[in-house]
Amino acid sequence: MITLEGVTKHYGEEATIGPISVELPAGGITALVGPNGAGKSTILTMIGRLLQVDEGRIEVAGQDIINTPSKAVARILSILRQENHFITRLTVRQLVGFGRFPYSKGRLTQEDEHHISEAIDFLNLGPLENRYLDQLSGGQRQRAYVAMVLAQNTDYVLLDEPLNNLDMQHSVQMMKQLRRAADELGRTVVIVLHDINFAARYADWILALNDGQVTEFGPPAEIITNEVLTRVFNTPVSVIDGPESRLAVYY
Amino acid sequence: MSELSIPAVTPAPFTGYPRRGTTPELTAAGPVADPVARAGGMGTGRPAAVGPARTTPPGRKTPPGRTTPPGGPARTTPSPRHSGPFGSRRAKVRYLALVGGLVVAAALFTLGNLAYDNPMEFGSRGFWLIAQMRVESIVVMLVVAACQAFATVSFQTATNNRIITPSIMGFESLFVLVQTAAVFFFGVAGVTMVVGVGQFFLQAGLMVAFAVLLYSWLLSGRFGNMHIMLLVGVVLGGGMGALSTFMQRVLDPNEFDVLTARLFGNISNAQGEYLPYAIPIVLVCAGLLWSRAHRLNVLALGRDATNNLGLNHRRETMIVLTLVSILMAMTTSLVGPMTFLGFLVATLAYQFTDTYDHRLVLPVSFLIGYTVLSGAYFVLRNIFYAAGAVTIIIELVGGLVFLIVILRKGRL
Repeated sequence: MITLEGVTKHYGEEATIGPISVELPAGGITALVGPNGAGKSTILTMIGRLLQVDEGRIEVAGQDIINTPSKAVARILSILRQENHFITRLTVRQLVGFGRFPYSKGRLTQEDEHHISEAIDFLNLGPLENRYLDQLSGGQRQRAYVAMVLAQNTDYVLLDEPLNNLDMQHSVQMMKQLRRAADELGRTVVIVLHDINFAARYADWILALNDGQVTEFGPPAEIITNEVLTRVFNTPVSVIDGPESRLAVYY
Repeated sequence: MSELSIPAVTPAPFTGYPRRGTTPELTAAGPVADPVARAGGMGTGRPAAVGPARTTPPGRKTPPGRTTPPGGPARTTPSPRHSGPFGSRRAKVRYLALVGGLVVAAALFTLGNLAYDNPMEFGSRGFWLIAQMRVESIVVMLVVAACQAFATVSFQTATNNRIITPSIMGFESLFVLVQTAAVFFFGVAGVTMVVGVGQFFLQAGLMVAFAVLLYSWLLSGRFGNMHIMLLVGVVLGGGMGALSTFMQRVLDPNEFDVLTARLFGNISNAQGEYLPYAIPIVLVCAGLLWSRAHRLNVLALGRDATNNLGLNHRRETMIVLTLVSILMAMTTSLVGPMTFLGFLVATLAYQFTDTYDHRLVLPVSFLIGYTVLSGAYFVLRNIFYAAGAVTIIIELVGGLVFLIVILRKGRL
């Protein structure tokens, strides 16, 4: 369980995210949605202790992530940012291997190799594992990054817009793989999504943010309605029944 | 043949997961067929739970000890899956050949510097006396190569930038300023005033203090920004450079001539009396960087990835930059500015090794540094009869090699 208590972040004098108090349940996929500037990424990076919290407390699995040593937190949660650019040239397997650093401190053991192989296979990267990242397509590279945080073997996985720049096919693949990570590996996946329909289809919980405040939190059935979405996104949205989930139409 | 030899070298360890050939569907079905083993392997996989779960997966048909997946669709290379610092076996072979070649070249140049053009007969007492006198310059070159190589590679990693060198932080401008000021205020006698163990430490200490102040001010607290720190370093360095240039303008030609000789990076500038102090300091700093090589590998992934993996990025950066500044202060105080050497050495090391692992890059960059330096010194002494400075040769020849390598490969 991820608990936020009065979490606040100030950006200059004017812009403030929070105070936010919310409890995200363990297990399943929780999607953070909302318009630009709502504070989705801010919340996610604060939970992942990449961004300093100005006020408030954050607990992940009962651990205060601000005061717990970073080393210990790295075995509880892993976080992937939106933009990843490395100056070093790495193969897929080398990159995924870095996910084991919290355990191996750079010296990979048998067990680490095993976890690396599993993470690579889980994202169907087996045939690509010895390719360099700069030889991969955007979708494949994104999968490699996700494999790295999966290899970190943490109960909580935070992803900041992993569908960014992915086409239809790769977006669907990515969401299915995250769904499997939640169902089969028992991971708690917290994810920032731009496309509300992906959240409607794949998430167990949706946290809707607007203007630095939580506006709604609940299962998709409660959130994906004309009234709620129109309010959250400041845009007229009509919800229709799709083949697999309800669809928000806003074009 | 080479493929067969792999399992022979590493027999048991990697046979547990020969799932290279399995299709994605099969992998996906794994947990359904055997949820316990799967959960032990990945879901809750804390260290203790993994070992047994992995070795006895009933769903898997591979008997232990076999390296080829028997039932799986035939894949040509059943090599064990293993993460190494090299992308391929070829890279590893090339690395070993590179290290071998560099060691040979370094040894040849060392021998050349010691023995070539030695007027005494080989083996005679006089021969050894002359060789001994030349040993000091060899030691200086070793120290300088170690400083430049370790400092530049680590600095590039800490700043996440492959096209800058630590001299950007104003070490060399500070050195030039101190030397120029000495001549400016005290005339030619000033040159000798800044020579001596005490002065050496004072100057080095000044450089380290300057750099560390800059880091701790700009990397933490309100700024916390690497780019601002680099920018301020460049601006301050430029300011000190301008001040030095101004003072040099006003010097009389004789003083200026004496000063210029000091300001070129030059092996023979080094005072032997510094070495007993410089060597242990350099060894300790380089050793510390070496022991942190695994952390450096992570640091190269950038701030967010480093923090995610449980290292404190700011703390690690500060430690690395402090060690870098000590190394740079040592080499600059010893022989003067060698801006290009560090950059050349670090870039060539990355180009040739093609790996992320600092344990492999650092020694190669040191070897390249020493080879380049001793080669340039040899050429300088024996072809140009010491008319010039090593930096000129390094920048001419090294720069050319650098351009060729970069343009041929097309990436940094």
